[in-house]
Amino acid sequence: MPEAVVARDLTRLFGHFVAVDGVSFSVPRGEIFGFLGPNGAGKTTTIRMLTGLLPPTSGDAVVAGHDVRIAAHAVSNEIGYMSQLFSLYGDLTVEENIRLFGGLYGLRGARLAERRDWALEMANLVDRRRVLTRDLPLGWKQRLALGCATLHEPRILFLDEPTSGVDPASRRRFWDMIDGLAERGTTVLVSTHYMEEAEYCHRLALMNRGRLIALDRPATLRHSLGQPVLELLTDAPPRAVEALQGVEGVIEVGLFGRTVHVMPHDATAMAAALPGMLAAAGRRLERLRTIEPSLEDVFVALVKREGGAVLG
Amino acid sequence: MTLRRLWAVARKETIQLRRDPRSLALAFALPALLLVLFGYAISLDVRNLDLAVLDQSRSEASRRLLSTFTSSGYFRVVAHLEASADVAPTLERGRALLVLTVPPDFEQRLAAGGGAPVQILLDGSDANTATIARNYAQAIVARFQAGGTLRVEPRTRIWYNETLESRNTIVPGLIAVIMSIIAAMLTALTIAREWERGTMEQLAATPVRRTEVVLGKLLPYVGIGILDVVAAVLAGRLVFDVPLRGSVLLLAVLSLLFLVAALSWGLFVSAALKSQLLATQVAMLTTYLPALLLSGFIFSIAAMPLTLRLVTLVVPARYFVAITRGIFLKDVGLAVLWPEVLALLAFAVGAVGLALRSFRKQLA
Repeated sequence: MPEAVVARDLTRLFGHFVAVDGVSFSVPRGEIFGFLGPNGAGKTTTIRMLTGLLPPTSGDAVVAGHDVRIAAHAVSNEIGYMSQLFSLYGDLTVEENIRLFGGLYGLRGARLAERRDWALEMANLVDRRRVLTRDLPLGWKQRLALGCATLHEPRILFLDEPTSGVDPASRRRFWDMIDGLAERGTTVLVSTHYMEEAEYCHRLALMNRGRLIALDRPATLRHSLGQPVLELLTDAPPRAVEALQGVEGVIEVGLFGRTVHVMPHDATAMAAALPGMLAAAGRRLERLRTIEPSLEDVFVALVKREGGAVLG
Repeated sequence: MTLRRLWAVARKETIQLRRDPRSLALAFALPALLLVLFGYAISLDVRNLDLAVLDQSRSEASRRLLSTFTSSGYFRVVAHLEASADVAPTLERGRALLVLTVPPDFEQRLAAGGGAPVQILLDGSDANTATIARNYAQAIVARFQAGGTLRVEPRTRIWYNETLESRNTIVPGLIAVIMSIIAAMLTALTIAREWERGTMEQLAATPVRRTEVVLGKLLPYVGIGILDVVAAVLAGRLVFDVPLRGSVLLLAVLSLLFLVAALSWGLFVSAALKSQLLATQVAMLTTYLPALLLSGFIFSIAAMPLTLRLVTLVVPARYFVAITRGIFLKDVGLAVLWPEVLALLAFAVGAVGLALRSFRKQLA
């Protein structure tokens, strides 16, 4: 079985609201597959359908060889899942949570003890094993949640924004754990809205308004615009953005920290025209350079190209 | 279904219970409080009623009448009044429940063989007690009038609760109320809490089956229920001297049956409503209140209007109260109690079925 996850035309409605709209993709074994998109893009709903927690309205999904609509129980034996919000038991200790989920995944005796020690070690929680889970910092809780989700060595791991709200150092550490699992053959499907995290994924599915708008390797996606991005440093950057909005030849313009990013149809022509356009608007151009587009640039450009707006 | 997963759920639920002071108080302190309240404080027995006397006759006959009152055990004299002006204030201030006035010519009229009226004024603001007091007083006066011997004298003997202690009927019935409280206040929370805290999502993503969740959650509460029943039975026997004449084993088995019915109902409400607040309120309305009011625990079902009597047919506590009283006081077994047992069995099976059906592993 080469494909760990196959989704075909997966759709989910909530009333009249289309949360996920005809999404299709497949994920080979051992891949770290990312969902990137703003809140409300349909990432969580897609993951919930793949884990059997939410029945699809139409379309189907095969996870670890089982159809999620027919064999949800068989699927649950093969997967590990971490939900968006922390959902272990705060009034149980670290060890009691591990023991509970070990028991729910059918582990016992020496095997349970071995996996418990493994999880404590991996999550670096050996010293905190008897601490009530609710007293742990969020980053530690998330490491424990990952440990609990992988006790039974699932073939496929679903992580729904596992690092949201976690500080950058803890995020880095968390991703080291994910890398380690993937190296040992675990397939990982992970959603995020952090661009730097998206770079860690082998392949990325960009989602907006329930639709899959692009799917490729991060580097390929970054080059998909075919044009570099122009980064400018000016006085009063927000005014500069205003001045360039909707100008002929500009796909998108936005603030990136203290700089302004301009995505042009033709970078060379735009670079030549920009100083004059800014001067006309009364702005002073301090520096202009071409840079590689970031994933965020690509995301925004792709949404624009489809004539849509970015939700979130 | 695997026992390991069921056990994992039961174990987790027990740890959570142990760490939650509110649950522990509801599980153990509240039943103890109820037992003390109903066992000691709330007595429906009428004894030592406060009697004030205005004896204007001050004769041998009036003293004889008074001693008939006091020797009955139902009345105690709390005041001797001097003037008829004192009568109203005595009742108003609640110093006495009733006032006996013996007129000055009492002895003479008695001797003349004609009617010798005495006046008994009762404080009717507690209608139940006043009615009972009036009946006692009339019986005592009638006995006095007949010179101590009535021509037709009923020889009454009361069976099953010879001394007519209301405690003897209340303590067995209380077991049903206590178990209803556990159902309403504890099991009604457990599934709703998981939905509210978001832990259900993690639980639902594991291979655990709904039977395992429902039965695993039921188990610890059945354990608490058993502890409470044992405590209530022991307290009844040892502290309140309630006789336990029938089979302890039968009592245990039928208590377990009622427990499963009540707790499963709590789980059903919890799973169906997914909100702790709503679930406790619905569970209180559907278990605790009927157990208190419509089970025959305090208010006799036979004395209810027809519509209410029909409602009591769907109150499981009604059957269980009849069962506990039958076993405790009458020493009757299945030969007599089988209709009640069948009814309980039906409720238990129905409630477990509803709890299993209403529990969904899917999020929407």
